[in-house]
Amino acid sequence: MTDAKKDYDFHKESHTERMVINMGPSHPATHGTVKFLVTLDGETIEDIDVEIGYLHRAFEKECENQQWSGVFPYTDRLDYTASVLNNIGYALAVEKLIGLKTPERCDYIRTIIGEMARMSGHYTNLGAGALELGALSAFIYFVEARELVWDLLESVCGARLTHNYVRIGGLISELPDGFGLGVAKAFKKNRELWSDFDKLLTKNRIFLDRMRDVGGISAEKAIEWGFTGPCLRACGVPFDVRKAEPYLIYDQLDFEIPLGSTGDNFDRYLVRMEEINQSMRIVEQCLEKMPEGPINVDDPNWRQPSKDESSKKIESLIFHFKAVIEGQKVPAGEVYQPIEGANGEVGFYVVSNGGGKPYKCRCRPPSFALTSAMPQLVTGSMLADLIPTFDMINLIGGECDR
Amino acid sequence: MKSDSAPAGGARSGDATSGPPLAIVIEKYADMGVVIHTHRLHGDETVVVHAEDILDVMNFLRKDDRLNFDMMMDLTAVDYLDNQNLNPYLAEMNARFEVVYHLYSIGKNHRIRVKAPLAEDNLFINSITGIWGGADWFEREAFDMYGIVFRGHPNLKRILLYEKFEGHPLRKDYPKTKRQPLIGPRN
Repeated sequence: MTDAKKDYDFHKESHTERMVINMGPSHPATHGTVKFLVTLDGETIEDIDVEIGYLHRAFEKECENQQWSGVFPYTDRLDYTASVLNNIGYALAVEKLIGLKTPERCDYIRTIIGEMARMSGHYTNLGAGALELGALSAFIYFVEARELVWDLLESVCGARLTHNYVRIGGLISELPDGFGLGVAKAFKKNRELWSDFDKLLTKNRIFLDRMRDVGGISAEKAIEWGFTGPCLRACGVPFDVRKAEPYLIYDQLDFEIPLGSTGDNFDRYLVRMEEINQSMRIVEQCLEKMPEGPINVDDPNWRQPSKDESSKKIESLIFHFKAVIEGQKVPAGEVYQPIEGANGEVGFYVVSNGGGKPYKCRCRPPSFALTSAMPQLVTGSMLADLIPTFDMINLIGGECDR
Repeated sequence: MKSDSAPAGGARSGDATSGPPLAIVIEKYADMGVVIHTHRLHGDETVVVHAEDILDVMNFLRKDDRLNFDMMMDLTAVDYLDNQNLNPYLAEMNARFEVVYHLYSIGKNHRIRVKAPLAEDNLFINSITGIWGGADWFEREAFDMYGIVFRGHPNLKRILLYEKFEGHPLRKDYPKTKRQPLIGPRN
Protein backbone atom coordinates (compact mmCIF):
# COMPACT_ATOMS: atom_id res chain seq x y z
CA MET A 1 0.00 0.00 0.00
CA THR A 2 1.40 3.36 -0.96
CA ASP A 3 1.51 6.32 1.39
CA ALA A 4 -0.86 8.25 -0.81
CA LYS A 5 -3.51 5.62 -0.32
CA LYS A 6 -3.04 5.53 3.44
CA ASP A 7 -3.73 9.26 3.70
CA TYR A 8 -6.92 8.94 1.78
CA ASP A 9 -9.79 10.32 3.88
CA PHE A 10 -13.06 9.15 2.52
CA HIS A 11 -15.17 11.88 4.08
CA LYS A 12 -12.84 14.60 2.98
CA GLU A 13 -12.18 13.39 -0.53
CA SER A 14 -15.62 12.25 -1.52
CA HIS A 15 -17.14 15.69 -1.09
CA THR A 16 -17.43 17.70 -4.22
CA GLU A 17 -18.20 21.34 -4.64
CA ARG A 18 -20.63 23.13 -2.39
CA MET A 19 -24.03 23.69 -3.84
CA VAL A 20 -25.99 26.90 -3.51
CA ILE A 21 -29.74 26.57 -3.81
CA ASN A 22 -32.58 29.02 -3.62
CA MET A 23 -35.56 28.06 -1.49
CA GLY A 24 -38.43 30.42 -2.04
CA PRO A 25 -39.75 33.09 -2.26
CA SER A 26 -42.71 30.80 -2.81
CA HIS A 27 -41.54 27.38 -1.87
CA PRO A 28 -44.23 25.03 -0.52
CA ALA A 29 -42.27 24.54 2.69
CA THR A 30 -41.70 28.20 3.40
CA HIS A 31 -45.15 29.29 4.45
CA GLY A 32 -45.10 33.01 4.20
CA THR A 33 -43.04 34.60 1.49
CA VAL A 34 -39.38 34.35 2.33
CA LYS A 35 -36.29 33.32 0.43
CA PHE A 36 -33.48 31.16 1.75
CA LEU A 37 -30.17 31.12 -0.02
CA VAL A 38 -28.75 27.85 1.27
CA THR A 39 -25.16 26.73 0.79
CA LEU A 40 -25.08 22.96 1.03
CA ASP A 41 -22.28 20.51 1.57
CA GLY A 42 -23.96 17.30 0.62
CA GLU A 43 -27.15 17.56 2.62
CA THR A 44 -25.63 19.62 5.41
CA ILE A 45 -26.37 23.31 5.60
CA GLU A 46 -23.08 25.21 5.59
CA ASP A 47 -24.50 28.67 5.38
CA ILE A 48 -27.90 30.23 5.05
CA ASP A 49 -28.94 33.69 4.05
CA VAL A 50 -32.51 34.67 4.82
CA GLU A 51 -34.10 37.27 2.63
CA ILE A 52 -37.33 38.88 3.80
CA GLY A 53 -39.33 41.88 2.70
CA TYR A 54 -41.57 40.33 0.06
CA LEU A 55 -44.64 41.31 2.02
CA HIS A 56 -43.53 44.81 2.94
CA ARG A 57 -46.51 47.14 2.83
CA ALA A 58 -45.02 50.27 4.42
CA PHE A 59 -47.00 49.78 7.61
CA GLU A 60 -45.31 52.65 9.44
CA LYS A 61 -45.53 55.10 6.57
CA GLU A 62 -49.23 54.35 6.12
CA CYS A 63 -49.88 54.77 9.84
CA GLU A 64 -48.14 58.12 9.88
CA ASN A 65 -50.61 59.28 7.24
CA GLN A 66 -53.71 57.97 8.99
CA GLN A 67 -55.74 59.35 11.84
CA TRP A 68 -55.21 57.61 15.15
CA SER A 69 -58.35 55.55 14.79
CA GLY A 70 -57.57 54.70 11.17
CA VAL A 71 -54.53 52.66 12.12
CA PHE A 72 -56.54 49.66 13.38
CA PRO A 73 -57.12 47.98 10.00
CA TYR A 74 -53.38 48.15 9.34
CA THR A 75 -52.56 46.50 12.66
CA ASP A 76 -54.92 43.65 11.75
CA ARG A 77 -52.63 42.73 8.93
CA LEU A 78 -49.49 42.40 11.04
CA ASP A 79 -49.94 38.97 12.56
CA TYR A 80 -52.99 38.04 10.55
CA THR A 81 -53.39 34.69 12.27
CA ALA A 82 -54.09 36.49 15.54
CA SER A 83 -55.19 39.90 14.39
CA VAL A 84 -57.14 41.09 17.44
CA LEU A 85 -54.00 40.87 19.56
CA ASN A 86 -52.39 43.55 17.39
CA ASN A 87 -55.53 45.69 17.69
CA ILE A 88 -55.30 45.39 21.46
CA GLY A 89 -51.59 46.22 21.52
CA TYR A 90 -52.07 49.39 19.53
CA ALA A 91 -55.16 50.45 21.49
CA LEU A 92 -53.35 49.94 24.80
CA ALA A 93 -50.37 51.96 23.59
CA VAL A 94 -52.53 54.91 22.55
CA GLU A 95 -54.62 54.68 25.72
CA LYS A 96 -51.41 54.70 27.77
CA LEU A 97 -50.35 57.85 25.96
CA ILE A 98 -53.72 59.52 26.57
CA GLY A 99 -54.03 58.18 30.11
CA LEU A 100 -57.38 56.61 29.33
CA LYS A 101 -58.83 53.90 31.55
CA THR A 102 -61.20 51.56 29.77
CA PRO A 103 -64.23 50.08 31.59
CA GLU A 104 -63.73 46.72 33.24
CA ARG A 105 -66.11 44.90 30.93
CA CYS A 106 -64.15 46.17 27.97
CA ASP A 107 -60.95 44.70 29.45
CA TYR A 108 -62.67 41.36 29.96
CA ILE A 109 -63.98 41.23 26.40
CA ARG A 110 -60.59 42.24 25.04
CA THR A 111 -58.99 39.43 27.02
CA ILE A 112 -61.52 36.88 25.74
CA ILE A 113 -61.18 37.90 22.11
CA GLY A 114 -57.39 38.20 22.41
CA GLU A 115 -57.05 34.70 23.81
CA MET A 116 -59.24 33.34 21.04
CA ALA A 117 -56.97 35.04 18.54
CA ARG A 118 -53.98 33.42 20.24
CA MET A 119 -55.67 30.04 19.88
CA SER A 120 -56.29 30.73 16.21
CA GLY A 121 -52.63 31.69 15.77
CA HIS A 122 -51.40 28.52 17.46
CA TYR A 123 -53.84 26.31 15.53
CA THR A 124 -52.58 27.78 12.29
CA ASN A 125 -48.96 27.37 13.24
CA LEU A 126 -49.21 23.82 14.55
CA GLY A 127 -51.54 22.66 11.78
CA ALA A 128 -49.37 24.10 9.03
CA GLY A 129 -46.27 22.74 10.75
CA ALA A 130 -47.75 19.26 10.80
CA LEU A 131 -48.83 19.60 7.18
CA GLU A 132 -45.34 20.45 6.05
CA LEU A 133 -44.06 17.31 7.71
CA GLY A 134 -46.65 15.32 5.79
CA ALA A 135 -49.37 15.03 8.45
CA LEU A 136 -52.29 16.20 6.36
CA SER A 137 -55.01 14.78 8.60
CA ALA A 138 -53.64 16.58 11.66
CA PHE A 139 -53.75 19.80 9.66
CA ILE A 140 -57.42 19.23 8.82
CA TYR A 141 -58.23 18.69 12.51
CA PHE A 142 -56.71 22.01 13.50
CA VAL A 143 -58.26 23.84 10.58
CA GLU A 144 -61.60 22.64 11.86
CA ALA A 145 -60.73 23.81 15.36
CA ARG A 146 -59.70 27.18 13.96
CA GLU A 147 -62.95 27.43 12.04
CA LEU A 148 -64.86 27.01 15.30
CA VAL A 149 -62.91 29.86 16.87
CA TRP A 150 -63.38 31.99 13.78
CA ASP A 151 -67.13 31.32 13.83
CA LEU A 152 -67.22 32.71 17.35
CA LEU A 153 -65.17 35.75 16.34
CA GLU A 154 -67.41 36.25 13.34
CA SER A 155 -70.45 36.28 15.60
CA VAL A 156 -68.78 39.03 17.64
CA CYS A 157 -67.54 41.38 14.95
CA GLY A 158 -68.59 40.08 11.57
CA ALA A 159 -65.11 39.34 10.26
CA ARG A 160 -63.26 36.06 10.23
CA LEU A 161 -59.64 36.97 9.63
CA THR A 162 -59.00 40.68 10.05
CA HIS A 163 -61.34 41.58 12.85
CA ASN A 164 -60.72 45.27 13.38
CA TYR A 165 -62.72 44.93 16.57
CA VAL A 166 -60.95 47.17 19.08
CA ARG A 167 -61.10 50.95 19.21
CA ILE A 168 -59.31 53.60 21.26
CA GLY A 169 -61.22 53.61 24.53
CA GLY A 170 -63.48 50.68 23.77
CA LEU A 171 -64.78 48.16 21.28
CA ILE A 172 -66.99 48.35 18.25
CA SER A 173 -69.73 46.15 19.62
CA GLU A 174 -71.00 44.21 22.61
CA LEU A 175 -70.76 40.42 22.65
CA PRO A 176 -73.78 38.83 20.94
CA ASP A 177 -76.52 37.08 22.89
CA GLY A 178 -75.71 33.52 23.76
CA PHE A 179 -71.98 34.01 23.26
CA GLY A 180 -71.18 32.09 26.44
CA LEU A 181 -73.20 29.09 25.27
CA GLY A 182 -71.54 29.23 21.86
CA VAL A 183 -68.12 29.22 23.51
CA ALA A 184 -69.02 26.25 25.71
CA LYS A 185 -70.23 24.28 22.71
CA ALA A 186 -67.28 25.17 20.50
CA PHE A 187 -64.67 24.53 23.20
CA LYS A 188 -66.07 21.06 23.84
CA LYS A 189 -65.43 20.22 20.20
CA ASN A 190 -62.09 22.07 20.27
CA ARG A 191 -60.90 19.91 23.16
CA GLU A 192 -61.84 16.77 21.23
CA LEU A 193 -59.95 18.00 18.18
CA TRP A 194 -56.99 18.94 20.33
CA SER A 195 -56.96 15.46 21.78
CA ASP A 196 -57.14 13.90 18.28
CA PHE A 197 -54.27 16.08 17.11
CA ASP A 198 -52.30 15.21 20.22
CA LYS A 199 -52.84 11.47 19.71
CA LEU A 200 -51.80 11.71 16.08
CA LEU A 201 -48.57 13.59 16.63
CA THR A 202 -47.19 13.91 20.15
CA LYS A 203 -46.09 10.28 20.42
CA ASN A 204 -45.74 9.69 16.71
CA ARG A 205 -42.34 8.20 15.94
CA ILE A 206 -41.95 9.95 12.58
CA PHE A 207 -42.97 13.28 14.03
CA LEU A 208 -40.66 12.88 17.01
CA ASP A 209 -37.71 12.04 14.78
CA ARG A 210 -38.26 15.14 12.71
CA MET A 211 -38.83 17.46 15.66
CA ARG A 212 -36.75 16.33 18.61
CA ASP A 213 -33.19 17.67 18.98
CA VAL A 214 -33.67 19.75 15.87
CA GLY A 215 -33.34 23.51 15.69
CA GLY A 216 -32.42 23.83 19.34
CA ILE A 217 -30.97 26.91 20.98
CA SER A 218 -29.69 27.58 24.47
CA ALA A 219 -31.54 29.94 26.79
CA GLU A 220 -28.66 32.47 26.83
CA LYS A 221 -28.45 32.54 23.06
CA ALA A 222 -32.21 32.82 22.73
CA ILE A 223 -32.24 35.85 25.01
CA GLU A 224 -29.35 37.44 23.17
CA TRP A 225 -31.18 37.03 19.88
CA GLY A 226 -34.36 38.63 21.20
CA PHE A 227 -36.49 35.49 21.32
CA THR A 228 -39.84 35.98 22.99
CA GLY A 229 -43.06 34.01 23.26
CA PRO A 230 -43.35 30.23 22.85
CA CYS A 231 -39.88 29.93 21.30
CA LEU A 232 -38.23 31.49 24.36
CA ARG A 233 -40.39 29.56 26.81
CA ALA A 234 -39.40 26.34 25.03
CA CYS A 235 -35.86 27.09 26.26
CA GLY A 236 -37.13 27.14 29.82
CA VAL A 237 -37.17 30.90 30.33
CA PRO A 238 -40.41 31.85 32.11
CA PHE A 239 -40.97 35.13 30.35
CA ASP A 240 -44.50 35.99 29.37
CA VAL A 241 -45.64 39.62 29.24
CA ARG A 242 -49.02 38.55 30.64
CA LYS A 243 -47.27 37.50 33.86
CA ALA A 244 -44.24 39.81 33.91
CA GLU A 245 -46.10 43.05 33.27
CA PRO A 246 -49.80 42.21 33.44
CA TYR A 247 -52.05 44.34 31.28
CA LEU A 248 -55.85 44.17 30.87
CA ILE A 249 -57.00 41.77 33.62
CA TYR A 250 -54.33 39.09 33.41
CA ASP A 251 -53.27 39.69 37.01
CA GLN A 252 -56.70 38.52 38.20
CA LEU A 253 -56.72 35.30 36.22
CA ASP A 254 -55.47 31.85 37.06
CA PHE A 255 -53.40 30.40 34.24
CA GLU A 256 -50.05 28.77 33.79
CA ILE A 257 -47.09 29.42 31.57
CA PRO A 258 -45.95 26.15 29.99
CA LEU A 259 -42.18 25.82 29.79
CA GLY A 260 -39.91 23.60 27.75
CA SER A 261 -36.40 22.57 28.67
CA THR A 262 -34.29 21.89 25.60
CA GLY A 263 -35.41 24.69 23.30
CA ASP A 264 -35.78 22.36 20.31
CA ASN A 265 -38.66 22.20 17.88
CA PHE A 266 -40.52 19.56 19.82
CA ASP A 267 -40.54 21.73 22.94
CA ARG A 268 -41.82 24.65 20.89
CA TYR A 269 -44.61 22.40 19.68
CA LEU A 270 -45.46 21.22 23.19
CA VAL A 271 -45.46 24.76 24.59
CA ARG A 272 -47.89 25.92 21.92
CA MET A 273 -50.12 22.88 22.44
CA GLU A 274 -50.39 23.62 26.14
CA GLU A 275 -50.93 27.32 25.55
CA ILE A 276 -54.07 26.49 23.58
CA ASN A 277 -55.46 24.79 26.68
CA GLN A 278 -54.44 27.69 28.90
CA SER A 279 -56.12 30.15 26.55
CA MET A 280 -59.34 28.16 26.77
CA ARG A 281 -59.05 28.27 30.55
CA ILE A 282 -58.63 32.04 30.45
CA VAL A 283 -61.65 32.51 28.19
CA GLU A 284 -63.83 30.36 30.44
CA GLN A 285 -62.71 32.19 33.58
CA CYS A 286 -63.39 35.56 31.98
CA LEU A 287 -66.87 34.54 30.86
CA GLU A 288 -67.61 33.40 34.38
CA LYS A 289 -66.36 36.54 36.11
CA MET A 290 -67.30 39.13 33.52
CA PRO A 291 -69.13 42.09 35.05
CA GLU A 292 -71.98 43.96 33.42
CA GLY A 293 -71.43 47.54 32.37
CA PRO A 294 -70.44 49.73 29.49
CA ILE A 295 -67.83 48.63 26.95
CA ASN A 296 -66.75 52.11 25.92
CA VAL A 297 -65.29 55.02 27.85
CA ASP A 298 -67.81 57.73 28.50
CA ASP A 299 -65.77 60.42 26.78
CA PRO A 300 -66.88 61.58 23.34
CA ASN A 301 -63.39 62.96 22.68
CA TRP A 302 -62.03 59.46 22.41
CA ARG A 303 -64.87 57.09 21.74
CA GLN A 304 -67.13 58.47 19.08
CA PRO A 305 -70.82 58.73 19.95
CA SER A 306 -73.03 56.20 18.21
CA LYS A 307 -74.44 57.05 14.82
CA ASP A 308 -77.91 57.15 16.30
CA GLU A 309 -76.89 59.71 18.89
CA SER A 310 -74.86 61.88 16.54
CA SER A 311 -77.78 62.26 14.20
CA LYS A 312 -80.08 63.44 17.01
CA LYS A 313 -77.93 65.60 19.30
CA ILE A 314 -75.92 68.61 18.21
CA GLU A 315 -73.09 68.02 20.75
CA SER A 316 -72.59 64.49 19.57
CA LEU A 317 -72.68 65.67 15.99
CA ILE A 318 -69.90 68.17 16.74
CA PHE A 319 -67.73 65.52 18.39
CA HIS A 320 -68.36 63.17 15.52
CA PHE A 321 -67.49 65.85 12.98
CA LYS A 322 -64.30 66.85 14.76
CA ALA A 323 -63.16 63.27 15.20
CA VAL A 324 -63.75 62.45 11.55
CA ILE A 325 -62.40 65.63 9.97
CA GLU A 326 -59.50 66.53 12.26
CA GLY A 327 -58.80 63.25 13.95
CA GLN A 328 -58.62 62.79 17.68
CA LYS A 329 -55.80 64.82 19.18
CA VAL A 330 -53.57 62.57 21.24
CA PRO A 331 -51.31 64.51 23.61
CA ALA A 332 -47.65 64.83 22.63
CA GLY A 333 -45.30 62.24 24.00
CA GLU A 334 -43.92 58.80 23.40
CA VAL A 335 -44.85 55.45 24.79
CA TYR A 336 -43.90 51.79 24.47
CA GLN A 337 -46.54 49.21 25.25
CA PRO A 338 -45.71 45.50 25.14
CA ILE A 339 -48.29 42.74 24.96
CA GLU A 340 -47.95 39.00 24.57
CA GLY A 341 -48.79 38.21 20.98
CA ALA A 342 -49.15 34.72 19.58
CA ASN A 343 -45.49 34.70 18.57
CA GLY A 344 -43.99 36.68 21.40
CA GLU A 345 -43.74 40.23 22.56
CA VAL A 346 -45.59 42.61 20.27
CA GLY A 347 -44.57 46.11 21.28
CA PHE A 348 -45.97 49.35 19.99
CA TYR A 349 -43.72 52.39 20.19
CA VAL A 350 -45.95 55.35 19.48
CA VAL A 351 -44.84 58.97 19.23
CA SER A 352 -47.33 61.82 19.07
CA ASN A 353 -46.71 65.45 18.31
CA GLY A 354 -50.14 66.41 19.53
CA GLY A 355 -51.72 66.19 16.10
CA GLY A 356 -54.49 64.11 14.66
CA LYS A 357 -52.14 61.50 13.21
CA PRO A 358 -49.45 59.35 14.82
CA TYR A 359 -46.04 60.94 14.35
CA LYS A 360 -44.46 57.53 14.54
CA CYS A 361 -46.11 54.15 14.98
CA ARG A 362 -43.61 51.38 15.31
CA CYS A 363 -44.49 47.75 15.87
CA ARG A 364 -41.88 45.51 17.41
CA PRO A 365 -42.45 42.29 15.49
CA PRO A 366 -41.54 39.12 17.40
CA SER A 367 -41.09 36.95 14.32
CA PHE A 368 -38.60 39.46 12.88
CA ALA A 369 -36.24 38.74 15.76
CA LEU A 370 -36.95 35.01 15.59
CA THR A 371 -36.32 34.80 11.85
CA SER A 372 -33.08 36.75 12.16
CA ALA A 373 -31.73 33.88 14.28
CA MET A 374 -32.46 31.26 11.59
CA PRO A 375 -28.76 30.90 10.65
CA GLN A 376 -28.00 30.17 14.32
CA LEU A 377 -30.63 27.45 14.39
CA VAL A 378 -29.99 25.54 11.20
CA THR A 379 -26.31 25.96 10.28
CA GLY A 380 -24.70 22.54 10.50
CA SER A 381 -27.94 20.60 10.40
CA MET A 382 -29.55 18.75 7.49
CA LEU A 383 -31.53 20.48 4.80
CA ALA A 384 -34.66 18.57 5.80
CA ASP A 385 -34.39 20.03 9.33
CA LEU A 386 -34.87 23.49 7.93
CA ILE A 387 -38.56 22.79 7.41
CA PRO A 388 -39.65 21.90 10.98
CA THR A 389 -37.40 24.63 12.38
CA PHE A 390 -38.87 27.26 10.15
CA ASP A 391 -42.38 26.02 10.97
CA MET A 392 -41.85 26.33 14.69
CA ILE A 393 -40.18 29.74 14.37
CA ASN A 394 -43.50 30.68 12.78
CA LEU A 395 -42.61 33.53 10.53
CA ILE A 396 -45.74 35.50 9.76
CA GLY A 397 -44.96 37.51 6.66
CA GLY A 398 -47.36 40.31 7.53
CA GLU A 399 -45.70 40.84 10.88
CA CYS A 400 -42.09 40.27 9.90
CA ASP A 401 -42.14 42.46 6.79
CA ARG A 402 -44.80 44.95 7.86
CA MET B 1 -23.23 69.20 27.69
CA LYS B 2 -24.35 69.10 31.28
CA SER B 3 -26.36 66.09 32.34
CA ASP B 4 -29.90 67.00 33.21
CA SER B 5 -31.67 64.65 35.53
CA ALA B 6 -34.74 66.78 36.04
CA PRO B 7 -37.46 66.43 33.44
CA ALA B 8 -37.76 69.35 31.10
CA GLY B 9 -40.87 71.45 31.29
CA GLY B 10 -43.80 71.54 28.92
CA ALA B 11 -45.38 68.56 27.30
CA ARG B 12 -42.39 66.31 27.92
CA SER B 13 -42.40 66.38 31.69
CA GLY B 14 -43.27 63.14 33.43
CA ASP B 15 -43.22 61.86 36.99
CA ALA B 16 -40.54 63.36 39.14
CA THR B 17 -39.49 60.05 40.66
CA SER B 18 -37.34 57.65 38.73
CA GLY B 19 -37.21 53.91 39.26
CA PRO B 20 -34.07 51.88 39.85
CA PRO B 21 -32.71 51.55 36.29
CA LEU B 22 -32.81 55.24 35.55
CA ALA B 23 -31.46 56.22 38.96
CA ILE B 24 -28.49 53.87 38.51
CA VAL B 25 -27.73 55.26 35.06
CA ILE B 26 -27.94 58.84 36.32
CA GLU B 27 -25.68 58.00 39.25
CA LYS B 28 -23.11 56.27 37.03
CA TYR B 29 -22.91 59.03 34.46
CA ALA B 30 -23.31 62.03 36.77
CA ASP B 31 -21.39 65.02 35.41
CA MET B 32 -19.60 62.96 32.77
CA GLY B 33 -21.27 64.71 29.86
CA VAL B 34 -22.70 61.46 28.50
CA VAL B 35 -26.33 61.84 29.46
CA ILE B 36 -28.18 64.65 27.71
CA HIS B 37 -31.60 64.26 29.21
CA THR B 38 -33.70 61.82 31.20
CA HIS B 39 -37.40 61.53 31.71
CA ARG B 40 -40.07 59.19 32.93
CA LEU B 41 -43.22 59.55 30.92
CA HIS B 42 -46.20 57.23 31.46
CA GLY B 43 -43.92 54.96 33.46
CA ASP B 44 -41.41 54.53 30.62
CA GLU B 45 -37.93 55.46 31.79
CA THR B 46 -35.89 57.16 29.14
CA VAL B 47 -32.29 58.21 28.98
CA VAL B 48 -30.92 60.27 26.11
CA VAL B 49 -27.19 59.93 25.51
CA HIS B 50 -24.67 61.22 22.99
CA ALA B 51 -24.37 58.96 19.96
CA GLU B 52 -20.60 58.60 20.34
CA ASP B 53 -21.06 57.13 23.83
CA ILE B 54 -23.67 54.57 22.86
CA LEU B 55 -21.38 51.52 23.06
CA ASP B 56 -20.12 52.52 26.48
CA VAL B 57 -23.63 53.08 27.83
CA MET B 58 -24.96 49.87 26.30
CA ASN B 59 -22.10 47.83 27.70
CA PHE B 60 -22.79 49.27 31.13
CA LEU B 61 -26.53 48.54 30.85
CA ARG B 62 -25.83 45.00 29.70
CA LYS B 63 -23.15 44.10 32.21
CA ASP B 64 -23.97 45.94 35.42
CA ASP B 65 -25.38 43.44 37.92
CA ARG B 66 -28.05 45.79 39.19
CA LEU B 67 -29.33 46.45 35.67
CA ASN B 68 -28.56 43.30 33.68
CA PHE B 69 -30.42 44.27 30.50
CA ASP B 70 -29.99 40.98 28.70
CA MET B 71 -32.53 41.56 25.98
CA MET B 72 -32.56 44.11 23.19
CA MET B 73 -36.28 44.29 22.54
CA ASP B 74 -36.52 46.89 19.87
CA LEU B 75 -34.41 49.26 17.87
CA THR B 76 -35.82 51.92 15.63
CA ALA B 77 -35.33 55.53 14.68
CA VAL B 78 -37.52 58.62 14.55
CA ASP B 79 -37.21 61.49 12.12
CA TYR B 80 -37.98 64.80 13.88
CA LEU B 81 -37.83 66.96 10.77
CA ASP B 82 -39.64 70.25 11.57
CA ASN B 83 -40.71 68.78 14.90
CA GLN B 84 -37.52 69.23 16.85
CA ASN B 85 -39.41 71.25 19.45
CA LEU B 86 -40.97 67.97 20.64
CA ASN B 87 -37.70 67.23 22.39
CA PRO B 88 -36.02 70.49 23.41
CA TYR B 89 -32.49 69.05 23.30
CA LEU B 90 -32.89 68.16 19.62
CA ALA B 91 -33.12 71.76 18.49
CA GLU B 92 -30.24 72.64 20.77
CA MET B 93 -28.02 69.98 19.18
CA ASN B 94 -29.45 70.58 15.72
CA ALA B 95 -30.26 66.86 15.57
CA ARG B 96 -32.85 65.59 13.17
CA PHE B 97 -32.92 61.87 13.92
CA GLU B 98 -33.04 59.84 17.04
CA VAL B 99 -32.10 56.17 17.33
CA VAL B 100 -34.36 54.55 19.92
CA TYR B 101 -33.45 51.37 21.79
CA HIS B 102 -35.79 49.48 24.09
CA LEU B 103 -34.06 47.17 26.52
CA TYR B 104 -35.54 44.64 28.87
CA SER B 105 -34.08 42.57 31.67
CA ILE B 106 -35.62 39.12 32.10
CA GLY B 107 -34.14 38.55 35.54
CA LYS B 108 -34.97 41.97 36.97
CA ASN B 109 -38.16 42.52 34.97
CA HIS B 110 -37.50 46.15 34.18
CA ARG B 111 -37.23 48.18 31.02
CA ILE B 112 -35.42 51.24 29.82
CA ARG B 113 -35.49 53.29 26.66
CA VAL B 114 -32.19 54.67 25.39
CA LYS B 115 -32.16 57.36 22.76
CA ALA B 116 -29.28 58.83 20.79
CA PRO B 117 -29.84 61.98 18.72
CA LEU B 118 -28.09 62.26 15.36
CA ALA B 119 -27.55 65.30 13.16
CA GLU B 120 -28.41 64.98 9.50
CA ASP B 121 -24.82 65.57 8.32
CA ASN B 122 -23.40 62.91 10.62
CA LEU B 123 -25.63 59.85 10.49
CA PHE B 124 -23.17 57.47 12.09
CA ILE B 125 -23.56 55.47 15.25
CA ASN B 126 -21.71 52.43 16.56
CA SER B 127 -23.37 49.08 16.04
CA ILE B 128 -24.43 47.15 19.13
CA THR B 129 -24.41 43.78 17.36
CA GLY B 130 -21.36 42.87 19.44
CA ILE B 131 -23.43 43.10 22.61
CA TRP B 132 -26.74 41.65 21.40
CA GLY B 133 -26.54 39.51 18.27
CA GLY B 134 -30.24 40.07 17.76
CA ALA B 135 -29.65 43.74 16.97
CA ASP B 136 -28.38 42.69 13.52
CA TRP B 137 -31.62 42.88 11.54
CA PHE B 138 -33.03 45.74 13.58
CA GLU B 139 -30.03 47.89 12.65
CA ARG B 140 -30.36 46.87 9.03
CA GLU B 141 -33.98 47.96 9.11
CA ALA B 142 -33.12 51.34 10.62
CA PHE B 143 -30.48 51.75 7.90
CA ASP B 144 -32.98 50.74 5.24
CA MET B 145 -35.74 53.06 6.40
CA TYR B 146 -33.79 56.08 7.69
CA GLY B 147 -30.30 55.81 6.21
CA ILE B 148 -28.56 55.67 9.56
CA VAL B 149 -25.17 53.99 9.24
CA PHE B 150 -24.24 51.59 12.02
CA ARG B 151 -20.46 51.46 12.25
CA GLY B 152 -19.08 47.99 12.73
CA HIS B 153 -22.20 46.17 11.59
CA PRO B 154 -21.16 42.92 9.87
CA ASN B 155 -23.62 43.10 6.98
CA LEU B 156 -25.22 46.50 6.67
CA LYS B 157 -27.50 46.34 3.66
CA ARG B 158 -31.17 46.85 2.95
CA ILE B 159 -33.48 44.30 4.47
CA LEU B 160 -37.13 45.04 3.70
CA LEU B 161 -36.65 46.94 0.48
CA TYR B 162 -34.73 45.88 -2.58
CA GLU B 163 -31.13 46.89 -3.16
CA LYS B 164 -31.74 49.38 -5.95
CA PHE B 165 -34.33 51.34 -3.99
CA GLU B 166 -33.44 55.03 -3.87
CA GLY B 167 -33.85 57.02 -0.70
CA HIS B 168 -35.10 56.10 2.74
CA PRO B 169 -38.88 55.92 2.86
CA LEU B 170 -39.60 56.57 6.53
CA ARG B 171 -37.89 59.94 6.45
CA LYS B 172 -40.47 62.65 6.76
CA ASP B 173 -39.37 64.32 3.52
CA TYR B 174 -39.96 61.16 1.48
CA PRO B 175 -43.39 61.65 -0.13
CA LYS B 176 -45.89 58.96 0.63
CA THR B 177 -47.11 58.83 -2.96
CA LYS B 178 -43.65 58.53 -4.53
CA ARG B 179 -43.33 55.52 -6.84
CA GLN B 180 -40.17 53.73 -7.83
CA PRO B 181 -39.75 51.04 -10.45
CA LEU B 182 -39.22 47.57 -9.07
CA ILE B 183 -36.04 46.07 -10.44
CA GLY B 184 -36.48 42.61 -11.87
CA PRO B 185 -34.16 39.63 -11.44
CA ARG B 186 -30.52 40.19 -12.34
CA ASN B 187 -30.10 38.05 -15.44
